[in-house]
Amino acid sequence: MTATVRPTKVRRTPTGAGAVRAVQVAERASEFGWQSDPDWLRAARRRAAEWVEANGFPSTKHEDWRYTKIDAALALPLSAPYEGAVEDRSASISSSDLPAPYLGGLRVVVVNGRTVSELSAIGTPVLGGIRVESMAGAPQGLDGLLKQSWTRRVGGYSHALRALNDAAALDAVVIDVPAGTVVEDPIEVVFVSMPADAVRWWHPRLIVMAGAGARATLVETYLSVPGAPTVTNAVTQVDVGAGAEIAHYVLQGERTDSFHFSSLESRLANSSRMSSRLLATGGRIGRHEVDIVLAGEGSQVDLDGLFLTGSGQHHDNPILVDHAAVGCRSRQLYKGVVSGDGHGVFNGHLVVRPGADGTDAAQVNKNLLLSERAEVDTRPRLEINTDDVACIHGAAVGQLDPEALFYLRSRGVSEREARAILVSGFAREILDRFAPGPVRQRAEQLAVAAGVAIFYEHRQGPGTDRTVTVEAADVLSGDPLT
Amino acid sequence: MLRIDGLHVSIGDSEILHGISLEVPDGEIHAVMGPNGSGKSTLAHVLAGGEPYQVAAGSVLFDDLDLLSMTPEERAAAGVFLGFQHPVEIPGVPTMYFLRTALNAQRRARGEQEVGPVEFLALVEDKRRLVEMERALLDRPVNDGFSGGERKRHEILQMLILEPRLAVLDETDSGLDIDALRVVAAGVSTMRGPDRSALLITHHQRLLDHLVPDRVHVLAGGRIIRSGGPDLAVELEAHGYATLDGTIVEALPVPAGTVR
Repeated sequence: MTATVRPTKVRRTPTGAGAVRAVQVAERASEFGWQSDPDWLRAARRRAAEWVEANGFPSTKHEDWRYTKIDAALALPLSAPYEGAVEDRSASISSSDLPAPYLGGLRVVVVNGRTVSELSAIGTPVLGGIRVESMAGAPQGLDGLLKQSWTRRVGGYSHALRALNDAAALDAVVIDVPAGTVVEDPIEVVFVSMPADAVRWWHPRLIVMAGAGARATLVETYLSVPGAPTVTNAVTQVDVGAGAEIAHYVLQGERTDSFHFSSLESRLANSSRMSSRLLATGGRIGRHEVDIVLAGEGSQVDLDGLFLTGSGQHHDNPILVDHAAVGCRSRQLYKGVVSGDGHGVFNGHLVVRPGADGTDAAQVNKNLLLSERAEVDTRPRLEINTDDVACIHGAAVGQLDPEALFYLRSRGVSEREARAILVSGFAREILDRFAPGPVRQRAEQLAVAAGVAIFYEHRQGPGTDRTVTVEAADVLSGDPLT
Repeated sequence: MLRIDGLHVSIGDSEILHGISLEVPDGEIHAVMGPNGSGKSTLAHVLAGGEPYQVAAGSVLFDDLDLLSMTPEERAAAGVFLGFQHPVEIPGVPTMYFLRTALNAQRRARGEQEVGPVEFLALVEDKRRLVEMERALLDRPVNDGFSGGERKRHEILQMLILEPRLAVLDETDSGLDIDALRVVAAGVSTMRGPDRSALLITHHQRLLDHLVPDRVHVLAGGRIIRSGGPDLAVELEAHGYATLDGTIVEALPVPAGTVR
């Protein structure tokens, strides 16, 4: 159940110089998105574009957007894409530009919303019958699935950005993990956004189907490259079949002058499990929507997030967990570290439907403010429509513990390093939930790049004790920790 | 080693220490005893550089260093160690990492070579056995889920690793069972040497059964009202603070099972 938008003020399109209408963008996308769209897709794009034009872009007057003003993103023109804006840019990316470390499994690279086949494991059948396909490659037998993806919002969209993705996506990466298949190595999708003359908005899309009893790890990494600012407007859909287990990660490391809007839409069938973990360091605005429907009895979801918000940055985390079936369990733990004049938002909404007995849900948000000007808005919300539930929720906003700071300093640690250590300790709780190995390593590197000291633990060898070294002991980007 | 002269300390508007003078020569262990609220913990924290305290008057010399003008980390590197009465938890920061960071920060400040991971592991293992602390605790975040006794052992472990010249132990003995008390006493004894000193701040006399001090000072109402040899502790235990100052009536609690 997604909240319906009641527009109070309609802004037809982004207003930047040379902006075109969403309908024109959709038409252009139709022409070279899927080597000429089938009729149903052309119609779906058209409907979505018309929805955008009829309803306009969200403003802070919309309840779900009250803390996030997207005018700066809308000032970048919405332009019709052209072939070179995608192809030429893709050619400039090589495997050495991709984020390290390599995660060890299948990899797909998407530049400006379209899969780069030279860098991607697409099209070829792989072990266990997994299919990784790109819609732009016109693969056989995926019509039904794609059609389902594009028609899920027939009743309307929660906001224009999701509709715009339907209208303007140039491609979709489809990952199909058949029933009973277990994939050990992470499957990763790297999304890169680059400016191409006037075209700044990109609409990547990822569709994941996990069959009954399937098990897989999925990692999305978002990057933007040097140049003019871009807008990444991504949609990811994950369908988790009965008894399936999906571990999903989002690493959002876009440039701090770019814009990132992403939506995760997930539906969980009976006895399935999903975890989705976010590390957000990038974006002038980073908005990471999560929509989970616990549709099947006994399904479980774990949502964890860490946002490291520096000066000039704004991170918004709207989460909707819909307990629609009996005996489901959900956990949310989001932590924010906000410095300089950064602004963090946690907007968690937990709904327990009538009859969803035996619901077990927890929703927690904790924030650390590192400067006087840093700001956090936190709104954990419960909406419970049945009696047989166990729900807890809570939020905390605080500063570095002065007693812990003194304790460290009294042991000889400088004030600067002591602060960095405490910030890391705060972040650690979330990073420890990332799968040990290359996934956690990449997350830690991203956190270090954002200025958070991380303790890497190294085993000296079998049977010996663990020792710990610090890799970087600096501060969050933007502002000294004063 | 330590020379405190006419020290007046306040928090906010209220003065807690009204002119303390105290000298701890090299190699000596001194005890500061006194009832609750006498200013003992304030004295300990002021020596380490605790934030909320304002020094209105007086001086503290550590060798020839003006301790009060130094930051807490500078004092630590110079060789001052405070054993906390209530050691804080630091979630997410592994204890081993904390210990090595502290040691190396001090060594760096003194221009000494840092200790590598392997060497450090051996060092910690050695000291850990001495304080009979479970190895598994070192993998946990600092003091996270440690019992009261485990926290105090951890304080002593830190002292043994950092090897301060002056250890100020603030009520390290409070709330400890007899085994832990023995460990604390053994830890301080291990450190004893001609160029190391200790200031034991305590409410009870029972630590002093295990660790005989060179001098005992009685702190009451923010003043040192009496100083003497080890016998003073015994006298206090027998008669309470009342014999020393008519205004103070609290007797020393006698631990259960004490035979006199």
